Amino acid sequence: MNLEFFVISLLNGVSYGLLLFMLSSGLTLIFSMMGVLNFAHTSFYMLGAYFAFTISSVVGFWPALVLAPLVVFVMGAAFERYCLRRVHKFGHVPELLVTFGLSYLILELVQLVWGRSTVPYGLPEQLQGPLFTLYGTQFPKSRSFVMLVALLMLLSVWLLLTRTRIGLVIQAALKYPEMVEALGHNVPRVFMLVFGGGAALAGLAGVIGGNTYVTEPAMAASVGSIIFVVVVVGGMGSLAGAFLASLLIGIVQTFAVALDYSLIHAFRLVGVAVTEQTFGYPLLKLTISQVAPILPYLFLVLILIFRPKGLLGTRED
Amino acid sequence: MTTSTQPSSASGPVAYYRFKPWNVGRFVIWSLFAIALIVAPMLFRSSLALTMLSQIGYLIIICLSYNMLLGQGGMLSFGHAVYTGLGSFLAIHAMNMAGKGALPIPLVLIPLVGGLAGAFFAILLGFVTTKKSGTTFAMITLGIGELVASMALMFPEFFGGEGGITTDRVYGKPFFGISFGPAIQVYYLIAAYCFVCTAAMFAFTGTPLGRILNAVRDNPERVEFIGYNTQRVRYFAFIIAGFFAGIGGGLATINFEIITGADSLSVVRSGGYLLFTFLGGATFFFGPIIGAVLLVLASVLLSELSKAWLLYLGLVFLFMVMFAPGGIASLIMMNLRLAKYGKLRQLWASYLGLAGSGLVAVMGVACMVEMTYHLQLNAALGPQMNFLGASINAKGLTSWFGAGFVLLTGAGLFELCRRQFLQQWGRIQEEIEHEIKRGEAL
Repeated sequence: MNLEFFVISLLNGVSYGLLLFMLSSGLTLIFSMMGVLNFAHTSFYMLGAYFAFTISSVVGFWPALVLAPLVVFVMGAAFERYCLRRVHKFGHVPELLVTFGLSYLILELVQLVWGRSTVPYGLPEQLQGPLFTLYGTQFPKSRSFVMLVALLMLLSVWLLLTRTRIGLVIQAALKYPEMVEALGHNVPRVFMLVFGGGAALAGLAGVIGGNTYVTEPAMAASVGSIIFVVVVVGGMGSLAGAFLASLLIGIVQTFAVALDYSLIHAFRLVGVAVTEQTFGYPLLKLTISQVAPILPYLFLVLILIFRPKGLLGTRED
Repeated sequence: MTTSTQPSSASGPVAYYRFKPWNVGRFVIWSLFAIALIVAPMLFRSSLALTMLSQIGYLIIICLSYNMLLGQGGMLSFGHAVYTGLGSFLAIHAMNMAGKGALPIPLVLIPLVGGLAGAFFAILLGFVTTKKSGTTFAMITLGIGELVASMALMFPEFFGGEGGITTDRVYGKPFFGISFGPAIQVYYLIAAYCFVCTAAMFAFTGTPLGRILNAVRDNPERVEFIGYNTQRVRYFAFIIAGFFAGIGGGLATINFEIITGADSLSVVRSGGYLLFTFLGGATFFFGPIIGAVLLVLASVLLSELSKAWLLYLGLVFLFMVMFAPGGIASLIMMNLRLAKYGKLRQLWASYLGLAGSGLVAVMGVACMVEMTYHLQLNAALGPQMNFLGASINAKGLTSWFGAGFVLLTGAGLFELCRRQFLQQWGRIQEEIEHEIKRGEAL
């Protein structure tokens, strides 16, 4: 392993991890506010990418960067107002189920409107090409843009929650909804805004993730379970935990994909030859890159065994 | 029912007479269930019907086992296909080994192999899964489901890779002429398992574990307080559900003689079990049976009928969660309650109005959806399409206008009927409450 490979993989891993964080931050925000696990969260991510594709073909990428999350915000808020609020009285399981049903619907509708194959959602001119060249390997501008937007988003969400009046109301509504209601704030409307805001964060991730990676109907499902892993590993409802966990998972996965070593190599180093007759050969011959897709889930299982409340979680439930 | 009349148990067990009449209603229902299982293939003779009946048979077991988690234990699992799928794989390997003569297992016992495999993996994976309850449980089951599904592609030696594993269910000597070659013999094997498993799972609801599981769902703090470990209760229930899920998986293998990891272990499959168990009704024991029937009808018949069936399914699911979270079973039970008090007759006009106007609205929506799908998928065939026997121009403004008009009319009438119906329903419920109170006072 040389330095070049290490640095480039680390940068790629951090940019993927930051994209994961943009996704899971909205989920964590909604979950810690309302106790609702939004199963359709990555569907909003997909919608963000598709809306950005359509809008950017009309007015260009930079307006789409603002407009697409706004459209997703309106859709999320409307869903909260007309569907989620209605099932709130039945308890948490129907709330989860209604978002599960929504994820089905959005997938079908996306396939209906934009078709079943990949759409040509490309990078704008300013983001094409490499930002810098390191040891002969180029690092693309688009990835660094993802990192920039994610960090700006983290900063603004943090400022919004801790430094503004509406942030205070949101934080108070999380702990003492009755009290906040009694002080004259409209708590259901706060919830609606938070749900819409969480959806908009996912939409923003879609706008910049859609052209950095690929925009297709399967994009929601491909990150769907990983962000749940991020939220559980980081600790339910902890924004800082989600940040740590998404960076960790992003980096681990990026490194794993690039490593073609298996246990056979390890045995060879200590002088043990492994042949096809050796016990457990199918397990031994797996390379790290082959195991990469399941690493986040293995991580989840390990965290659950050794630290069930998550890395930075405070709640035991 | 006061405690003071109970004999004191301090002086050892006291033998006293307990009036235990035959539960005629229950006896009748179970006989009817058995008769339905036996008679069904005689009524529906086509081979398609027989395949569907076989699928319904094992899906009843799977949905009931799923409901042991969802309905009885309040555990929303997104990874139930893991246990049915792994049960299927172990069953198919057992069948192949038995076919080679390496393992003396008759086909009749293969589902039990699947069941034991399901229970084994539930013991293994359930230990981490059941550490948490509620929403976290749902996320963890999803993660474990993904873990197992992606592992399936990693070990092609065991899971057969993309192509899956095939088998032959006809091995060994025929037993009294039963070789399990013909589909009808397989159906009766499935039906027998279906009846026994349903009875066993119903019996489970009455066991102390089943009752305490309900308590864990409703009030975990109180259960902890009276000295039970809620995590262990969930774990045991999870293992039993895994066992029955594995039996269902084993039966599926016998029915299809092929199994692929990408399909049978996928999270999509788990989502399907969840969707239909919920649609059937998770709050009543028999709800999942309705769900299993619907699952087969939807995936075989509805998917033939319309390309947009997943969209319709999603819409129906969403509306059910929002307006009838008890599923179809709860709708049936509410109307049975009305019938018991002799009030159902007052409502039939409203029901007719609701159904009629609802149908009109659905027609309008369906027409628009079908036109959109036609434009998206069959662009090469031109704008003319066939909808319920009528030829419609999918690009014509008039057809869109017409469909919209039908939809608005239907929706408007439906809203009127609904208001009328809600008033009636409320009044009737009040009358029933009143009658119950009067009955108690007598």
